[in-house]
Amino acid sequence: MNRDLRGKIAIVGVGQAGLGTAEGFTEFEILAQAAHAAVADAGLTMADIDGLTTASVLTPMWAMPVIEYLGIRPSFIDSTTLGGSSFVAHMMPAIHALSSGQCNAVLVCYGSTQRTSSISRKVIAGVRRDFDPQPYEYPYEPLNPLSTYAMAAARHMHEYGTTRENLADVVLAARAWARLNPEALRRDPLTREEVLAARMISDPLSALDCCMVNDGAAAYVMVRADRATDLPHPPIHVLGNATRVYGRQGSSLPSLTETAAVESGREAFEMAGVLPKDIDVAELYDAFSINTILFLEDLGFCPKGEGGRFAADGGIAPGGRLPVNTNGGGLSCIHPGMYGAFITVEAVRQLRGDCGERQVKGAELALVHGNGGTISSQSTAILGTAATL
Amino acid sequence: MGPQAEYFDLLAKGQFRIQRCEDCTGAVFYPRTHCPDCGGPLAWMEPEGTGVVYSATTVRRMPEAGGDYNVALVDLSEGVRLMTRIVGCDPQEVRIGMPVRFSGVGPTGDTVLYRPEAQQ
Repeated sequence: MNRDLRGKIAIVGVGQAGLGTAEGFTEFEILAQAAHAAVADAGLTMADIDGLTTASVLTPMWAMPVIEYLGIRPSFIDSTTLGGSSFVAHMMPAIHALSSGQCNAVLVCYGSTQRTSSISRKVIAGVRRDFDPQPYEYPYEPLNPLSTYAMAAARHMHEYGTTRENLADVVLAARAWARLNPEALRRDPLTREEVLAARMISDPLSALDCCMVNDGAAAYVMVRADRATDLPHPPIHVLGNATRVYGRQGSSLPSLTETAAVESGREAFEMAGVLPKDIDVAELYDAFSINTILFLEDLGFCPKGEGGRFAADGGIAPGGRLPVNTNGGGLSCIHPGMYGAFITVEAVRQLRGDCGERQVKGAELALVHGNGGTISSQSTAILGTAATL
Repeated sequence: MGPQAEYFDLLAKGQFRIQRCEDCTGAVFYPRTHCPDCGGPLAWMEPEGTGVVYSATTVRRMPEAGGDYNVALVDLSEGVRLMTRIVGCDPQEVRIGMPVRFSGVGPTGDTVLYRPEAQQ
């Protein structure tokens, strides 16, 4: 248990770049823009950065060209790749490296131009087949990751009576939040009828149950809390963080309806010394609508099987019982391949009180939950203002 | 030859095999070098052929590209889960909890197919 590390490290800078379409830019260019924005936001310079965590959805040895591009010489490097959960999972190793004095300022960063990339999705799928082999799944042609989430949704419906109406509640809540966020990419009004009539892709999930495919970069900076006191923004402390991985492919998971978030969440809450009912705002990685329901349950916001009903009647929309995915989520704000850094940025902004129309009033405690692979990697972080220490 | 190559070699000959741990006796799929539960040695076994659909999806595809198809996860009677396709019925007719039976190796030689148990 990492209880003695509670609150010792703070996030002091955040940045984003290239949101949506970054036509004509490379991944390194928008990553560097986000990284420099985060470092400047922290009141530091790139020369202060002596720790780096990063991950790529495609490129092997990714940390090396990032180090080269940014012109840094970090003494702490972590490029563990756990899909979209990576940038939440990177917190704990960074906390240890900062606490031990191995480094003094860690930059966590990600960038992808998968929307405008000249490499087609077909080519990428072919490369994946060879370099990320899943010979016991690929030949059946699941539309992964989507089909595995679809089978999770189907199983959840079977076990708990969850409905497509419940999934629509999640989609509509995300859109309602996005409409309050000028940075969100899907801001058009959306009706329940439109959601329920959307084109089915892998039953029971339709096109509107799926996150977007965008370009985008996000970054944040962590330092020891005792160093964070004279920086431009109030420090946002990491109170708890834990990660669990149960495998890679859906067919090898013990369950599609109870995820490793049960364990990552329990451990993160124990480290933070708080309970789900204490959380003011939750950013739950919604690559697909079913994710939000699974994580509401597995993280303890409601009993198992009740996630759909928790989200019903605007339960997680603006003005609901729990503000969830306040930027509009992967469903309506942005989703550039791996989304964990973006939800961390949103949580920090909420706790700073910087979120304008979508601001959750008086938010002091935020939960960030990263998901990766096909429901197979789960990482939970609990962040808090100085008042929560 | 490793267990993966052996598995696909056997499959190409029309023989579907899973593994059983010689120490803890648990069934194992997909094929590995050691039992993922206890680390014990593994031996090939022929599954009985029955199972139950754990979950399923209909992947939508244009008719000219071959039309909709089923992808399913099936729990075999031996206690392992695998990805497969349920054939011999409309993809929309596949139900969670449906008993299924091994139907044979797929035409590409690298898949195993199941069909509804009720069907002869």
